[in-house]
Amino acid sequence: MSAANWRGAMNVQTPRPVASGRPPAGGTPAPRPRRFTNPIRPRHILVLAFLLAYPWFAPPFFTFQIGAQALALGLIALSLTFLAGAGGMISLAQMTVAGLTGYMVAIFGTAATDGVTLGWPWWLAVLIGIAVGVAAATFIGWLSVRTEGIYTIMITLAIGVAFYYLALQNYAVFNGFQGVQKVFPPTLAGVYWRAPTPFYYLTLGCALAGYLFVVYLLRTPFGIALQGIRDNPRRMHALGFNVTAHRVAAYSVAGVIAAVGGVLFTWYNGLVTPGSVGTGWLINILVIAVLGGLRHPVGAFLGAIVFVLLQNFAIDVIDRERFNLVIGVVFLVIVLFSRDGLLGWWAALSARMSTHRGESPWTAARKRSYARSSPSASSPS
Amino acid sequence: MRGAELAVRQRNGVVAGRKIEIIKASSDAKPDVAVNATRKLVEQDKVDIMVGPLSGSEGIAVKEYSKTQPNITFINGSSGAQATTLVSPSPNFYRFNTDGGQWMVGLGKAALDKGYKRVMVIAEDYAFPYSQVQGFMTEYCKLGGKVPVKAWVPLGGKDYSSVIARVPKDVDALVVVLGGADAVNFLNQYEQAGGDKPLVGGSITVSQDILNYKGKRRDSLVGTIAGAPIADAYDAPEWKAFVADYKKNFPDGYPSPSLFALVYYLNMKATLDGLEAVKGDLSDGQKKYRDALNKLVLKSPVGDVKLDSNRQAIGTTFITEVVKDAQGNLYNKVLRKIDNVNQTLGMTPAEFKVGSRDEPNCP
Repeated sequence: MSAANWRGAMNVQTPRPVASGRPPAGGTPAPRPRRFTNPIRPRHILVLAFLLAYPWFAPPFFTFQIGAQALALGLIALSLTFLAGAGGMISLAQMTVAGLTGYMVAIFGTAATDGVTLGWPWWLAVLIGIAVGVAAATFIGWLSVRTEGIYTIMITLAIGVAFYYLALQNYAVFNGFQGVQKVFPPTLAGVYWRAPTPFYYLTLGCALAGYLFVVYLLRTPFGIALQGIRDNPRRMHALGFNVTAHRVAAYSVAGVIAAVGGVLFTWYNGLVTPGSVGTGWLINILVIAVLGGLRHPVGAFLGAIVFVLLQNFAIDVIDRERFNLVIGVVFLVIVLFSRDGLLGWWAALSARMSTHRGESPWTAARKRSYARSSPSASSPS
Repeated sequence: MRGAELAVRQRNGVVAGRKIEIIKASSDAKPDVAVNATRKLVEQDKVDIMVGPLSGSEGIAVKEYSKTQPNITFINGSSGAQATTLVSPSPNFYRFNTDGGQWMVGLGKAALDKGYKRVMVIAEDYAFPYSQVQGFMTEYCKLGGKVPVKAWVPLGGKDYSSVIARVPKDVDALVVVLGGADAVNFLNQYEQAGGDKPLVGGSITVSQDILNYKGKRRDSLVGTIAGAPIADAYDAPEWKAFVADYKKNFPDGYPSPSLFALVYYLNMKATLDGLEAVKGDLSDGQKKYRDALNKLVLKSPVGDVKLDSNRQAIGTTFITEVVKDAQGNLYNKVLRKIDNVNQTLGMTPAEFKVGSRDEPNCP
């Protein structure tokens, strides 16, 4: 898809209500973007303050292994939340994009494995890595947008597994089973960026940027059009939107996020092996996204926090042979009792809170649900 | 894990009057998972001594991590990659088990004694089999054996037909360095394809895990020679006592301890013996404890183990042959016992190169 094509697709503007008083075309009660209201609430400032202060009271283990890992994983899951929540496309290959980027950073940059790495400067390796990651994401999108629903899942799973075996069996580029070891972030401005606190802030910066970017994107004409395509592709097509181009573009955008997350996750682990792109991780990213909830970008990070905490501490609750059971049961409970992950619980909880303030439960729940589904969406269909 | 537990139970969980508390974490042979688990044990659970991990690339990753935690002593679990202690060793990482290369010393000569002049190597494509093949070939090539074909197969492979098709007619035996399910798969397919060459096994090809395999094809393993740091039928009293103890503690375990059980036992025993020697004194960044470990001569069920200057074990290797006992159980009969095998396989450190796909080579 060429850029001109894409721009052409974008220039077909969102239909504006022509005369006042008439409902917007389509009949779905699409709430307007709250562009002129101030979106910053006290709780946003509280959360940001907590995130910024976190390394100052948390021990290094919590800063690095819980905090930074959750943020890096959350960023990768964010790409899936965006694709699935706003675009209605469930791709299992987001970890593949992240892992490929990690491999590229390792191969073009410096690492311990002789004969595989090229030793180029880190910034060049990172740029190349992200570029390759985005190209791969676009390619995956281009392949899979022709399919719908479960077929999208299947085709992206197939691509993911194919890449896993490529990485496992190719020695010239990917160094097979052993992968590439000692892929570390550079020491820059006198700071070793893999030390817990700097690395935490690095991931926090990237995660915040990714989060705000997605929140912003969902309010742009592109984001609105994408959500329209999610809800009714035929109608959007009839309105003159290029459905395929929008979907492929969504994959590319998600690719950027997944690629950045991939760089961070590779630096976090300090290595990249086929195990990092195996089916286990492909599914884990889906689990994180679903666990958190797809209705808002913040779900990806909530899911990642719960996931990382469980991975680390489930073993303390129950003995060594059974701890995976705890992880599975918690996932099951969350998904079983809430249609929309943790965010669904949050919505239900706040709906109940406002009920206590005297509104009728039905109007309160409905108001809340609309308020929350705007702008990012997912009015449950 | 049973091995490590056994070492603790033998002391009733007490060393020098102090109770030993064991905190366990789980990994799945992936280095990133192993480092995460290790980091949790060290930084969150605040262990003083860390024992583990299991597999080669995990060992290398944990060794690298150990450099960032100079106040904790790391003792290997069962990982057997050469590079762990050979390439940029970590001053606080100890390994009281011999590595994959050492486990195969003596097998080259045994193969020639059996009349195998040319062999084909079939091995998984990563560090541990490289070192196993090196341990075999270093001696085998020196004594005049030839290895015309080496087939490196991916770990976890299911289909070995292309490898089986490549077996040359003129080789006398196959050196098979595959582990667990891979070895069973290969054996099945090789028999179905009508293969009849005798086998020479790697150390994990013929471990208890494989000998207990209940399938029909297990008889094809009889006559297989292999090198390993363990031998079921070793008849020294220390070994017999160890096996009896193992069976008593784990009645539902294997009929004889597996290689992993033994190796975890060795490392855990060394950990506790070291603690005993310093009366549990871990002060001064564990300096005294580490000195004690360096000087420790570990009295093990398979003979004495001591450390070299890289804190790597110098120990015993057994050459074994698979035979069937009266009840139909397969077991490894001891052909030969070789003491004091060092990590550089008898070469000087300067001569020695870490094994790889092309090193050593004698087509």
